[in-house]
Amino acid sequence: MGSGSSTQHHFAFQNAEKAFKAAALIQRWYRRYMARLEMRRHCTWSIFQSIEYAGQQDQVKLHNFFSYLVDHFTPSSHNERDFLNRMFTEERSPQDSEMEKSSDYESIEVPDSYTGPRLSFPLLPDHATALVEAFRLKQRLHARYVLNLLHEARRHLVQLPNISRLSTCYSEEITVCGDLHGQLDDLIFIFYKNGLPSPERAYVFNGDFVDRGKDSIEILMILFAFMLVYPKEFHLNRGNHEDHMVNLRYGFTKEVMQKYKIHGKKILKILQDVFCLLPLATLVDEKVLILHGGVSDTTDLELLAKLDRHKIVSTLRCKTRKENKKPAEEKGKNNQMSSAGRPSPWFLPQSRSLPSSPLHPSAHKAARAGRSSSVPCSVAPDPKELSRQVRRSVDLELERCRQQAGFPAIEEKEEPVPSASEAEEQLEPTQEEWRQVVDILWSDPMAQEGCKANTVRGGGCYFGPNVTERLLQKYSLQFLIRSHECKPEGYEFCHNRKVLTIFSASNYYEVGSNRGAYVKLGPALTPHIVQFQANKATHKLTMRQRISRVEASALRALREKLFAHSSDLLIEFKKHDKDKTGLVTLSDWAAAVESVLHLGLPWRMLRPQLVNSQTDNMLEYKSWLENLAKEKLSHENIQSSLLETLYRNRSNLETIFRIIDSDHSGFISLDEFRQTWKLFSSHMNIDITDDCICDLARSIDFNKDGHIDINEFLEAFRLVEQSCSEGDASDCPRTTNTNSSACSSPGAH
Amino acid sequence: MMPYSLKGSRSRPQREIGTIIRSLGCCPSEGELHDLIAEVEEEEPTGYIRYEKFLPVMTEVLLERRYRPIPEDILLRAFEVLDPAKRGFLSKEELIKYMTEEGEPFSQEEMEEMLSAAIDPESNTIHYKDYIAMMVIDEN
Repeated sequence: MGSGSSTQHHFAFQNAEKAFKAAALIQRWYRRYMARLEMRRHCTWSIFQSIEYAGQQDQVKLHNFFSYLVDHFTPSSHNERDFLNRMFTEERSPQDSEMEKSSDYESIEVPDSYTGPRLSFPLLPDHATALVEAFRLKQRLHARYVLNLLHEARRHLVQLPNISRLSTCYSEEITVCGDLHGQLDDLIFIFYKNGLPSPERAYVFNGDFVDRGKDSIEILMILFAFMLVYPKEFHLNRGNHEDHMVNLRYGFTKEVMQKYKIHGKKILKILQDVFCLLPLATLVDEKVLILHGGVSDTTDLELLAKLDRHKIVSTLRCKTRKENKKPAEEKGKNNQMSSAGRPSPWFLPQSRSLPSSPLHPSAHKAARAGRSSSVPCSVAPDPKELSRQVRRSVDLELERCRQQAGFPAIEEKEEPVPSASEAEEQLEPTQEEWRQVVDILWSDPMAQEGCKANTVRGGGCYFGPNVTERLLQKYSLQFLIRSHECKPEGYEFCHNRKVLTIFSASNYYEVGSNRGAYVKLGPALTPHIVQFQANKATHKLTMRQRISRVEASALRALREKLFAHSSDLLIEFKKHDKDKTGLVTLSDWAAAVESVLHLGLPWRMLRPQLVNSQTDNMLEYKSWLENLAKEKLSHENIQSSLLETLYRNRSNLETIFRIIDSDHSGFISLDEFRQTWKLFSSHMNIDITDDCICDLARSIDFNKDGHIDINEFLEAFRLVEQSCSEGDASDCPRTTNTNSSACSSPGAH
Repeated sequence: MMPYSLKGSRSRPQREIGTIIRSLGCCPSEGELHDLIAEVEEEEPTGYIRYEKFLPVMTEVLLERRYRPIPEDILLRAFEVLDPAKRGFLSKEELIKYMTEEGEPFSQEEMEEMLSAAIDPESNTIHYKDYIAMMVIDEN
């Protein structure tokens, strides 16, 4: 009979085989699970990014609106003129800034009771280190020192070239950091992990230090302090957020005014100057080019090195002077001199239309095929053919806007008097110069070859691997380091490892959304990446929990956006429901949503998270929309359509407020609000009755003094983002749960 | 049909194909995945897969219902095979041993990630029935 050992072996073999198969099965299942998780993460990421970029487009539209206003709005009465003046004017002349210099801060007294850090100039390394420590302990720097530091920073920046140069001969290691966006924790973490700046440890900060996060000013103070202390080793590049126009929308202006109620305005004023004095790029060993956004197929480093960067105040809109030397190629806005009588807007272009070369009023909506222009400005058509037609329609549109806004009809037109003032011409960059700067601050790399306008952001371009290659060859460079885009791992190589994106704001969209990273370069110029995530909570979460949490946040934002477009969605659904059954198929749902929101998201994948009330593949769209609204309506007396409109234009509203509130007092008058809103809504084709807005405005004016407190207005209607309850790290469901608090998706059961 | 937002690019890197296929409902083994990729990749491996090549192959896979996902009860039995004493759990060491030495072994990263979610830190064991139950909820 077969020996016991052979049956034993037989069994052993069978068992081993079973174990092998069992293990393989478990692994197979697990890998699929992880893939689905990865897919969810990818979706969530797309949601955040597309909403973020849509917001940037809004910004561009808003500024097109204001330019349009300035270009075509001829105030015919005292009131109108004053109103416009108040909105748009602020004197800025070169002589003023010199005089303001010392008087700005010397007169400010620092009380004895002040326990924060005190600075004396010239700064010593210890001061800078002490500043880091003080901010870590949540202290606040007194306005006097802020202004003093900014003045010194400005004095220093003025002497710097547009393109800084660093060599690994002097500093053995160079650390390059990307966007910080006001997240002080990340900066402190980097210094903690990598070491403080020193002559042996050079740093390059690649722009976007401010906006979004809550400690932008503190970050600036630290960065400027180290720049003054180690001028050879500590370098800053300008980012697209180092721009007072962008700051109005993305939170930096608000932060400064909140933290420095008395002196905030002065601080903002000098920052405006400081920002445009920041260098545009850094070159390491003449081989590695570091700049914030990217490049274009026309990027000209020699031109960039030569231009006067101080003239480029904002990359969103810019006064440009008439380019005499380049006639036919000029595709940009037509540049005119300012008329002597008109106030010069401090942030908007000076371009006025003369009879011979008018501007197309709605050109900013014109789609751009291919690379005609990288900037969001109107395209001037062939003047002679269209001049009369266009001018007529401009007048008509202008008149319509004015009537809607309640201004009396124009009785006489002011003729703009061109004044050929040499001095003014010197203050403005050329169209080409401005475009070069916009390109390097706003562009993004893409996988395909070529170069096309960056319509998502509204500025700069998308540049392909061939563009990178050409540039690197032209200037004998090895690779490019840039930032500007958030990446899940904090960094990303592309274009055959010739372009490195480095992003240093961890948890940018939400706790757990992404890592931050910085890159170190030694003499061999081999990039060495270090990643981090400056939030202890995330370390305790598993990937599953992290993804769930971020996902919940993204879905919240998405549901809000859906709500904000309820009316349009209803119309779209009805188109798919010709028989008026009240139902649409789920694929129709997806198609409808995309055609309204234009976010380019995989709606079919997201559907289970957004729609949980369907039967047999059909959705009752009206009740779905109502459910969306229920989450938002806290004020029953406000019509949901109004709320929806406000929600949709929330950022625009806030930005408008801040622009109107030119003295940053936090208050605007009812009348100003009404007038501006009317103009804005008529221009943007927003359908809202005048009465509605009046009622709304009046109801917010709680103390009935004719003024609206901006923050009250925004908070009253929950138009500012509410910080969701942090701290429940263990909120992700392990078992079925029914509550719909922060992190469970509604579809889960 | 494609749930994966292609972002204007008509090709994806190879390593993402596994994610895409699995998220479409298929549950291939690593070996099966490699075979599939071999079917769709370019003659000269560029590291990218083109959509035009991928689509017909993937459609066939879906229509044939190849690589069906694993039902819960089968999964449970697999764990039970590894736990012949029927304790209801596996020790951390046992799990590591099986997952990294048997079948199509996990990478260190995969192992760590699985452990972080599956292991009960106090007893250092994985109670597989609960684990499966928890993971399955997420799927829906």
